[in-house]
Amino acid sequence: MAKKLALIASKGTLDWAYPPFILASTAAALDYEVQIFFTFYGLTLLKKDVSDLKVSPLGNPGMPMPVPMPNLVQMIPGMESMATMMMKQKIADKGVASIEDLRAACLESGVKLIACQMTVDLFDFKPEDFIEGIEFGGAATFFEFAGESDVNLFI
Amino acid sequence: MEFDKELDARGLNCPLPILRCKKGLAEIENGQVLKVMTTDPGAIKDFQAFCKQTGHELLSMEQSESETVFHIRKRAA
Repeated sequence: MAKKLALIASKGTLDWAYPPFILASTAAALDYEVQIFFTFYGLTLLKKDVSDLKVSPLGNPGMPMPVPMPNLVQMIPGMESMATMMMKQKIADKGVASIEDLRAACLESGVKLIACQMTVDLFDFKPEDFIEGIEFGGAATFFEFAGESDVNLFI
Repeated sequence: MEFDKELDARGLNCPLPILRCKKGLAEIENGQVLKVMTTDPGAIKDFQAFCKQTGHELLSMEQSESETVFHIRKRAA
């Protein structure tokens, strides 16, 4: 029987979009059955357009910067866009996949993507905001699969 | 070494070489050999782990300065 991986994706920034999609697509390649449950800001990763995902250096002292930059400078308008632009450039330069590509790879390999119904309602999202092929469900839906999974991760 | 299909994954980074390899294996018959060229330094460990977990046979792994070439035989079933 195939191994199972259950992920919760709770964050909606460009950097945190990578772990769930990388792990899910790789697990699928290793013949795992995979489900990702998207909740709160993670729902952003299921939107049709994910090209506007951003990364913020603000309040993130662990982010490598070309020059040391205090929070006071990072809060200047435009800094977030600049950091995002630089990150995207690096991603392209290093041959790292785009989020669109990784998500497509997940769908293609049969990874089940589930949007948390409660947070969809909370944020007033519409089903048509999201890509095709996803499902909607609650915590009990997650546990139905997670309860019999070999690996469970909260991201 | 002889192979049935060649896959160029040079310039791609984790997890793309593995994802492409998986796709490549789906396009050949059981028992056939896929050749994969990579530049991702992480591929060396990843391809061994991939083969160990999926049952495909890692026939060879040739490292040169900047590239690693793998030959993988698709598992019987």
